[in-house]
Amino acid sequence: MKQEPIIEITDMVAKYGERTVLDGISVNIYPGEITVILGGSGCGKTTLLKNMLRLYEPHSGSVKFCGTEILSMGEREFDEVLKQVGMLFQNGALLNSISVYDNVSIPLEQHTRLSRAIRDRIIRVKLHLVGLSEAIYKFPSELSGGMKKRAALARAMALDPMILFCDEPSAGLDPITSEALDELILSLKRQLGMTIVIVTHELASIHRIADKIIFLDDGKMLFNGTLAEAEKAAIPQIDHFFAVGRF
Amino acid sequence: MRVQNNTLYLEGDFLKNDIPRLESAIFAQIKGKQIKTIDLGGISRIDSAGVALLDELHQKLAATIGILFFKSASLEVQAVIDTFTTLSLKDFGSKRRVGFYETLGEMLLSGIQQFWQTLILASEIFYYSLVGLVNRRKQRKGSLTQQMLLLGFDALPIVGLLSFIIGFIIALQSAALLRDFGANVFIADLMSVSIVRELSPLITAIIVAGRSGSAIASEIATMQVTEELDALKMMALNPIRYVVVPKFHAITIVMPILIVFSILIGMIGGGIIAMGYLKLSIEVFYARSINILSVKDLLISFGKSIWFAWVIVIIGSHFGFQVKGGAEGVGKATTQAVVSSIFAVIIFDAIFSLLYL
Ligand SMILES: Nc1ncnc2c1ncn2[C@@H]1O[C@H](COP(=O)(O)OP(=O)(O)OP(=O)(O)O)[C@@H](O)[C@H]1O
Ligand SMILES: [Mg+2]
Repeated sequence: MKQEPIIEITDMVAKYGERTVLDGISVNIYPGEITVILGGSGCGKTTLLKNMLRLYEPHSGSVKFCGTEILSMGEREFDEVLKQVGMLFQNGALLNSISVYDNVSIPLEQHTRLSRAIRDRIIRVKLHLVGLSEAIYKFPSELSGGMKKRAALARAMALDPMILFCDEPSAGLDPITSEALDELILSLKRQLGMTIVIVTHELASIHRIADKIIFLDDGKMLFNGTLAEAEKAAIPQIDHFFAVGRF
Repeated sequence: MRVQNNTLYLEGDFLKNDIPRLESAIFAQIKGKQIKTIDLGGISRIDSAGVALLDELHQKLAATIGILFFKSASLEVQAVIDTFTTLSLKDFGSKRRVGFYETLGEMLLSGIQQFWQTLILASEIFYYSLVGLVNRRKQRKGSLTQQMLLLGFDALPIVGLLSFIIGFIIALQSAALLRDFGANVFIADLMSVSIVRELSPLITAIIVAGRSGSAIASEIATMQVTEELDALKMMALNPIRYVVVPKFHAITIVMPILIVFSILIGMIGGGIIAMGYLKLSIEVFYARSINILSVKDLLISFGKSIWFAWVIVIIGSHFGFQVKGGAEGVGKATTQAVVSSIFAVIIFDAIFSLLYL
């Protein structure tokens, strides 16, 4: 059975000023799958996420969500798309002036008409799922790096988005917390049928969760397919990546 | 959705956009009825908002009848419920409310503490500035000239403009009165005394507090929250000596220059009124302005402006070093630094006026 892709990126070119960071990327992301983006530091993974969500406008190419081109959408229309999307930024990007609880509350308050009691339950369970129940009324500046990451994940999944983007969710976490986070991500996929796109460098995590991987190198996409295919494909950069990380 | 034999049968989608409608509908439906069981068999899709609604229902109903059963949920729905249920969560309470007197007491204590810390910081700054006079090592390279440009030269236009306008206004306001008394010549004495003794040091200090005090506070606060200060300490460099001392030296040098500039421009502003409106000759205006002043007046004026400059640097760095929280703390520290240093400047000005009337 060949499914329709939920995100379809064709020939995307992304530049910072004169510098081309992504040079003609074409990727399909399928619904209900976990897609892992791999590649060396600075190869443009964050840039790819930001450009497909129009945080930066791509230089050229096309991005389709559920078959609709989003690069030419008006602001209103695109806001509706964004409500279906959750994003965990690489550095968390929590609002520093309000508590963790209020951070998770923002999307719920702004984009739903849920009553206060229901919102309260959602916030508490989301923070419980990322293991932050104790820190619920703390401010971001009182959290450790890994805790900020987890709080930001709770915010990203507050609305049970259709698609969740995570930029290195487990960077800075111990292996046990990181495993728990992988379990959470798997259960989001299984139970809510969420489509998840993750940037990560953790080999263990890739083996646990990845349905598909996308390997970027030097602005080009080297590989797009399942993990097993990647290991068979005999692409030197990918083999090197996996060999070095193993111990 | 219906109620039968003390059982509430739920059906359809329980997704976040349906919940507000469902919540009121369900509570209206069960009002005044005895519900012992909720049948989830008809629910096709559910998300965390749906689970929260079920939990809410559970809590409300269980409170009245003791025990409530959920039954016949499909496997998928049950899995979602198990993941997102809030019923087994510990309650971490809500935020502690702080009373009025507690807040008041805390403010007082923190005020005293802040004052004490500022004094300690001031002593360190003075100490390292003296050391820094003879030994320029362990300070940021090339910082003195750069800071002199930044704190002094860049402030010249605004200091000049404001001094001119204020000199002009004061002269204009007094001119009418003086002319009524036929005391035209005294405009020179009046301008000279008020500008040299009071206005120039005060205006300049307020501008410097707004420009440089805020710059100092935000620079140091930013370095604090981004751990740059910790990095300096780990390289065996004292942050006060490395960052603050060059600013302290720079401002000590440029402040008297700014004052002289402000006095000159202020007098020109006054002179325009004196000559244009009161028809004084330039020689008379010049001679009277100089005659009324004593050396002491000028010395006090310089003395207090340098003192103001020090206060501004000390308060600015105090709030910079004390910054709490992340990036948003920087903004707060900057505001506090400006407000406090303007306040302190005016208080010290009052003290000077009382001491050297
Ligand atoms: N705002 C920016 N302005 C200019 N260049 C940028 C900007 N952000 C990133 N770059 C450059 O683009 C390239 C890709 O950056 P990107 O952040 O996408 O890397 P990454 O793959 O996410 O790396 P990492 O794994 O370290 O997070 C880098 O070489 C970086 O120098
Ligand atoms: Mg990145």
